[in-house]
Formats: sequence, structure tokens, C-alpha cells
Amino acid sequence: MKTKTKTGSRRAASRRPTAKLWQLRLYVVDETAKSVAALTNLTRICENHLKGRYRITVIDLLKQPQLAKGDQILAVPTVVRRLPSPVRTIIGNLTDTALVLVGLDLRPSD
Amino acid sequence: MKNSRSKIGAPASLLPKCPTGIQGLDEITGGGLPRGRPTLVCGGAGCGKTLLATEFLVRGATQFGEAGVLMAFEETEKELNANVASLGFDLAGLVRRKKIVVDYVHVERSEVRESGEYDLEGLFVRLNHAIDSVGAKRVVLDTLEVLFSSLPNEAVLRSELRRLFRWLKDKGVTAVITAERGRESLTRHGLEEYVSDCVILLDHRVNDQVATRHLRVVKYRGALHGTNEFPFLIGAEGISVLPITSLALNHRVSSERIATGIPRLDVMLGGRGFFRGSSILLTGTPGTGKTIISSNFAQAAARRGERVLYFSFEESPHQIIRNMHSIGLRLEPLVKRGLLRFHSARPSLYGLEMHLATMFKEIATFKPHVVIVDPITSLMHSGTDSEGKGMVTRLIDYLKGGLVTSLFTSLTHGGHALQQSEAAMSSLMDSWILLQDFEGNGERNRVLYVLKARGMKHSNQIREFLISDHGIDVVDAYIGASGVLTGSARAAQGALEKAAVLTTQQEAARRKRELERKREAIERQISGLRSDYESETMELRRIDEQLGTSTLMLTTERTASGILRQADPKAPDRRNGAAHPGRRHQ
Repeated sequence: MKTKTKTGSRRAASRRPTAKLWQLRLYVVDETAKSVAALTNLTRICENHLKGRYRITVIDLLKQPQLAKGDQILAVPTVVRRLPSPVRTIIGNLTDTALVLVGLDLRPSD
Repeated sequence: MKNSRSKIGAPASLLPKCPTGIQGLDEITGGGLPRGRPTLVCGGAGCGKTLLATEFLVRGATQFGEAGVLMAFEETEKELNANVASLGFDLAGLVRRKKIVVDYVHVERSEVRESGEYDLEGLFVRLNHAIDSVGAKRVVLDTLEVLFSSLPNEAVLRSELRRLFRWLKDKGVTAVITAERGRESLTRHGLEEYVSDCVILLDHRVNDQVATRHLRVVKYRGALHGTNEFPFLIGAEGISVLPITSLALNHRVSSERIATGIPRLDVMLGGRGFFRGSSILLTGTPGTGKTIISSNFAQAAARRGERVLYFSFEESPHQIIRNMHSIGLRLEPLVKRGLLRFHSARPSLYGLEMHLATMFKEIATFKPHVVIVDPITSLMHSGTDSEGKGMVTRLIDYLKGGLVTSLFTSLTHGGHALQQSEAAMSSLMDSWILLQDFEGNGERNRVLYVLKARGMKHSNQIREFLISDHGIDVVDAYIGASGVLTGSARAAQGALEKAAVLTTQQEAARRKRELERKREAIERQISGLRSDYESETMELRRIDEQLGTSTLMLTTERTASGILRQADPKAPDRRNGAAHPGRRHQ
């Protein structure tokens, strides 16, 4: 398919992953207002754009602090797109939907 | 263990301190960093911030039984391991034994997007997890400022940092936070605003193309501390700060004396040479024989079976051996027997602190009885005067601690026997021998004298020393009315004085003769006068006699003529009668 074309435009590259399952990790610390807001926002965006093709794993660092190292988490909440690669990271409670879409490559940045 | 050390300077009423174990730093800070509080270590690139922080952790784990956490923002665990391994720190081993946790924090700004509110709770969680996993008492954050470039929102970052330092304090860990030096402030991002208990400034300066590191405790709340700038070096055993002022003077001393290898010089030093473990300074202008005297000393010591370490900063070992051979010193067999070791390096090869570190290392491995530094001046010139003095102090201190006799030669420049730096250095020295040359009579001659020798009777005489095929020979210099005479002038003066004695003798003899002659002349005169007198007396007598005769004749004549003239029988006065007769006759 198109995967081999090196000259693929940004749009083509951004469209490509849509075919696969999206794996998202949401790192939070405790159930704070920010954590809850982040999860709500993320679920909403995914439902709108990736219905049926995503999986969100919520990691509470308070319970599993050792997991923070793997994804280099400093700020919380943080969303990490594990799949499709490359890894994308967005920090914040995801109130700005447009920024989240750009950050997750769901919409071209222009 | 060394736990007793941790109690130094930390009585209950004072701020408790956390010893770093870093050589010299605890002396400056009076016991270490403030315990349970954050300390800021700032400095430019490559001045040893990470190293200082890492050493603080490693020493904590190995010497003081305190586990530590190293949160690295710049270097990965692997890089850190490799970097500190060169200083003999087994960071990886400590990590394996759960003494230290290394957490590499890396955030690539280009990979991160921001949407909505967030905080740095993740960092707190990680740090907390790391601290709790080993029960850490010490924490290092190196370099926290990286966050400023990796996180987009500075306002959030600042408030979170403030919270972080508060949190560290509450946690009760002693933290070291490193930060990049700013152009106008201590740190580029003003971290000093949050860390107010203790600030240490590191500096890497280049003086005359030679770089030297300095450390200064800018601030230490609630404690006395050395405020000076101290040079420090990164050597094979980590960081070593050189606190000159805090060196304690409590060396063991030996009253054993060791010969200099020049018998006459021993005589000048109370007959028995230097004290073992003393420091000796040998100053002289170029070509006065400093290296020769040093080599003599080295040879004498090595022949006694002592180990001698010879630091040469001007000549290569082979050159010294060859040159000394020409005056009858055989150093090579001693080198082969392992009694004499040379270490040659150009002074400009690296900075002062590195030289010192190398020397310490050499001394520690070779364990010499005698150390010779030839010349110390070229080394001192690679730093500033005070740095040089600090270095010499440190070196002497180290050597004296081990009862190692040290001989330093010092090069002085044309004419000036004493220079400022020498005068400063001399106070550190127990004995000081001065070599000088005297010009005159179309030649240059060497003299030697003992300027000072602590604790021993020593000669006040200036001696000439001659360098011949058989080594050094110290002879009496000629001290005449016109000063010290050496060489041919000494010989000439000898001859001159001999001649003078002869002249004096001749003069005396001549005077004696003259006097004799005078006496004779006077005597002759006396006898002449006497004979004159005698002849005059004779004359007088003759006159008297004549007069008597003539009077008699006159009387007789008058009587006869009176008879003839039939004059009055009664004759008048004899004299009148005598006065007239002539006239009357005519």
C-alpha cells in the first residue's frame, strides 16, 4: 500500500495509522479534578474521532509509581499515544480539543 | 566507621550538618551541607557540578551509610556510571546493592504538546518512589533547569519548583541541586530564589591558558563558613578542595637527621644535615646548581636505601641522568634498583590542580622517603601566586603528614635573590638554602649559604661551591675588605694578601734600618758636636794660656822699660798701664 512511499505527504502519514488500534495511556496522580477532567476529555475526543478503534489505559502513579520512569512522566495528567508509533505525548487536562487533535495526529497541524 | 566525623561541628544548638566526605569541603563548611535542606551548586559548563553532586551521594553511601537518589536530567545512567568510574566510584555497584537509585529524567520538548492544566506531580511521585525504595537521606537533582527548556509553561514550572523544594525539606532529605550559572545571576533561571539555605558556586577559570577550578560558598544560612574562593581539583579520588587556611598544623615530627650528600653542607647545617620530614627550599638564579644539589641529595638518600621521587618540570629524566653523570653522580643504577623515580611533565601540560593530583597519586603509589620538586617555580607560574602558594602548602602538608622530606628548588630571576613569591613560600619551608652567583674578574662563581634552618644550629657563612668532575665541593669563600671573593678573585686576593704581608715586613725592616741609620747619624752628630766642643774648649784654653803669657810678657816688658825710663816706682793700674803702652810707643 502507501506505506512504502517515502514521499508521502504529512496528510498521508497522518491518515495511515487510523487503520490500526490506538493504544492510549493516561497517567494521573490520584483522582484529582484534573485527572477526572483529563479522562473525560480524552474519552470524548476518542469517541468522536476513533470510535471503536482505541483503548485507554489509566495509570495512577500513586499506586504504581515505578511506571512513571518508562514513559518519562513528570507532568500529570499526561496522555501517551503508544500505538500507532511514533509515540506522542500531551500534557494537561486536555481542555483544548484542537490541541489534543493536533498532538495525537488526528488532524493535520495546519 | 567515620560516623564520628559527622558529629563534628553539629552540636544540638547548631544547624545539623551532613558531611559530604569531599576532601576539604567539610572543612570549609564546618562539617558539611545543612542537613535536611536543599543546597544549590551552581557553575558554568564543565566546572564539576555533577561530579560534586555525585561524589556527595557516593561518599554518603560508602562512608556515612546514607542511601541516595540521583535524579539526572542531563545524563543517562550509563553515561553517569562511565563518567564517575574514572574517579574510582562504582556507581553501578552501589545501584546494584540498593545504596543509590539513579533515575534518568528525560523530556523532549518537541515530543510534548500541552493542552490544559497540569502540574509536576509525576516528578514528585517518581522522586518519592526513588527515595522510599532505598530509604534515601540524600538527593541530587542534576540539572533541574533542563525542565525550563523541556516544559512549555514557565509559570507552572516555577510554582511547582517552589513546591518541590518545600517538599524536599518536609521529606527531611539533604538535597543538592545543580544549576547552570547565569550571566548576571547565580543561576540562569533564578533557582537561588527557591534554595536559600546554602549556595555553592563553582568556577572554571583560565589564567594564562591554564584552567583552574574554584569553589566558593556564597551563602550558608545559620552557619559560619569559609568565604574565600578555594581552588579544587578533580583527581583520581574525586574532588579535592584545597582549603589553605584550615590546614591544621599538627604533624608528627622526627628528630632524625639526614645527610645532604654534600659533607660540607651538612657541616653548615649543624653538622648533621636536614631533619627528616622537613621541607627545604633551594633558591637560585639560573645556572647556580640547583639541580645538581638536588641530585646530590637524591643520590645520597637513595644510597641509604630510601626511595626518592624526583619531579622534574624542566628536564627529562634521561637528560638529568646524563648531565649528572658528567659531574660524577651515578643516578642510573639507583633508578634501576627502583630507589629513584623520575616524573617529568611540562608545567603547561595541565592546570595546577591536575599537577597536584598527579603528584599526590605518584606519591601515594611510590611511597617515597624524599620528594624533590625541580623547580617548584615553573609550576607555580602556571597559576596565580596565591594558588601556587596554596598548592605548595597542600603538598608540604601532605608530605609532612607522611614524614616525607621534601626539597623544592625555586628559580629566581636575574639579580634578585628574593622575589615576592619566594618570600611568601619561604614561610612554609623549614630550611632555606640560597644559591647565588658572583660576577667579577671576567668570571662567574657560585656561592651558597643557609638562609634559615628551623630547629638547628647553622652556619652564617657564605661558602663558595665548586662543581667538578667529582661532584660538588664546598669551600670557604674569601671574605676580604671589599666583600665576598670567589674563584680566581679568591685566589688573587690570597696572593694579594700574602704580598701585602711581605710588603709590610719589608717596610718594617726598611723603617728599622732607616731608624738605625738615623740613630747612627744622630750619634755621629753628637760625637761631631762633642769633638767640636772639645776642640773649642781646647781653643779656649789655648787662648787663656796665650793671654796669660802675653800679660806676663807685657808686665815684664813694662817693668823693663820703666826701669829703662826710670819711671815712678809706684806703678798705676795694671790695665791702664797695659792700655797705654802701645800708643805711648808710637
